[in-house]
Amino acid sequence: MITAGIDCGAENTKTVIMKDGKIIGKAKVLTGFDQNKAILECYERACEKAGAAADQVKSLCATGSGKDAVRKAIPRAKEGVSEIKAMAKAAHYFFPNARTVVDVGAEEGRAAKVDERGNALDFALNEKCAAGAGAFIEAMSRALETDLTEMGPMALRSEREIPMNAQCAIFAESEVVGLIHANTSKEDISKAIHDAMANRIVSMIRRIGVNEDVVMIGGVGRNCGFVSAVKKQLGVEKLLIPEEPEYGAAAGAAVVAGET
Amino acid sequence: MAEEKKQEFWRWTESNWVNPDVNWKTATFITVGVDVGSVSSQAVIMADGEIYAYGNMRTGSDSPKSAGSALKFALERTDMGEDRIDYCIGTGYGRVNVPFANRSITEIACHARGAHFIYGPQVRTVLDVGGQDIKAVQCDDKGRVTNFLMNDKCAAGTGRGMEVFADLLGVPVTEVGERSFQVEKEPESVSSMCVVYAKSEATGLLRKGWSTNEVLAAYCRAMAERIYSLLERIGVAPTFAVTGGMAKNKGVINRLIPMIGLEPARTTWDTQIAGAVGAALFAHALCLKGKAKKSK
Repeated sequence: MITAGIDCGAENTKTVIMKDGKIIGKAKVLTGFDQNKAILECYERACEKAGAAADQVKSLCATGSGKDAVRKAIPRAKEGVSEIKAMAKAAHYFFPNARTVVDVGAEEGRAAKVDERGNALDFALNEKCAAGAGAFIEAMSRALETDLTEMGPMALRSEREIPMNAQCAIFAESEVVGLIHANTSKEDISKAIHDAMANRIVSMIRRIGVNEDVVMIGGVGRNCGFVSAVKKQLGVEKLLIPEEPEYGAAAGAAVVAGET
Repeated sequence: MAEEKKQEFWRWTESNWVNPDVNWKTATFITVGVDVGSVSSQAVIMADGEIYAYGNMRTGSDSPKSAGSALKFALERTDMGEDRIDYCIGTGYGRVNVPFANRSITEIACHARGAHFIYGPQVRTVLDVGGQDIKAVQCDDKGRVTNFLMNDKCAAGTGRGMEVFADLLGVPVTEVGERSFQVEKEPESVSSMCVVYAKSEATGLLRKGWSTNEVLAAYCRAMAERIYSLLERIGVAPTFAVTGGMAKNKGVINRLIPMIGLEPARTTWDTQIAGAVGAALFAHALCLKGKAKKSK
């Protein structure tokens, strides 16, 4: 059976196509201001990559802040599934021994406690503050005049720990400018940024309890500087991260689509 | 080909002023208060407790130098030299960065004291909305702090949040207030508390056909609600007064007033100098008590 999961997020829309539980196609498109357009384009591309026609997809499930927009764009889509549920299912799908999952996207950060069947038992959420989401690192990359993809590797090259006072992305921007004027290296500043952000995410994870295995999904999971900082602060040897973690929730939704 | 200089919408007016009615040469004590904030710095020069001159400017990235620059700016239009100053008190988050201050006093205490001078001794609640923080201070009839609450962690409701938003919309920050009322119908506030998210929300609203003024109105309302939620926690007792740069933004203040249900006190003084005024007054009080000992 071919199923699809569409995660319409604040910044990117992701689609995952599964056949009998195996991922056969994926696509990612910038959500922009026209969710409808992004959803349809993303879905079409994913089906193309999967080599499946849209009507071969038996069941489709939506998640993300734009899940209602998915149902509008594709009326036969099932009722949307919460990001918490999608995240828990995703963790279990990729790593059946997962017991804690954290999902850090562009504008939201979430953590959940997961059981052996991929059900969320408890969760913590940050949806109000950019400092706990990818938007923070993006803003900092602009302040450092550095490409976003370079931020993580740069942080790993740092040899010094410097504290960061500002919590807020807006204030941190001014603080970074000040640090640059004081001749602090970009590597050290980048490390401080990732440490500060990891600190907030780890606090969120601790609210629900840390049980191994810990899984990370969401686009920010691609950032090696962030991953390294989270591992250190959580005190875990390994963080399980699927390849292309930004597709995590969409994969979880595709699993849910196949369940009922 | 010459590159067009990008207009800096966040830039508000720096100013300095000299009081024509005060003769510093006949004063007993000349005291100075320097308030170095993360966004702006002010220096106030008092002659026997009367404001003689002041300067208000952007702090910039080098805060140890900012204090000196603010003082120079305040002295610029005077014929007084720095050496005439009897005592100086530093305040603001950068108060440790007023290298020439004889001592420092917290900005909470200075704002309460300064508000009493600027608005009068009936003031019991001071709302200070500065560059990077929001403070709600309750004080007694002498301007002494009895209670306070502060947010310095989140940009929502602060001057910096407003600067960033004005920049995004391409509206000079000094025009935001007026333009926010040039709307047919008052819109609901933006749903995001966070300035970063509010920016995305604003761009989306503009795409949906909202006018710039309507978006400004929605944002000002959200900021007023944010400030109100802080005030609510401490309570507002009359007379209520507003200090700091945001007091100049009618877009936020006029939306805040109905939420509180109290008219704020009025002044013709620049509300941004309140902290430095308080500091200069503390310095004056110390001089009067003969306690103004210069340790250097």
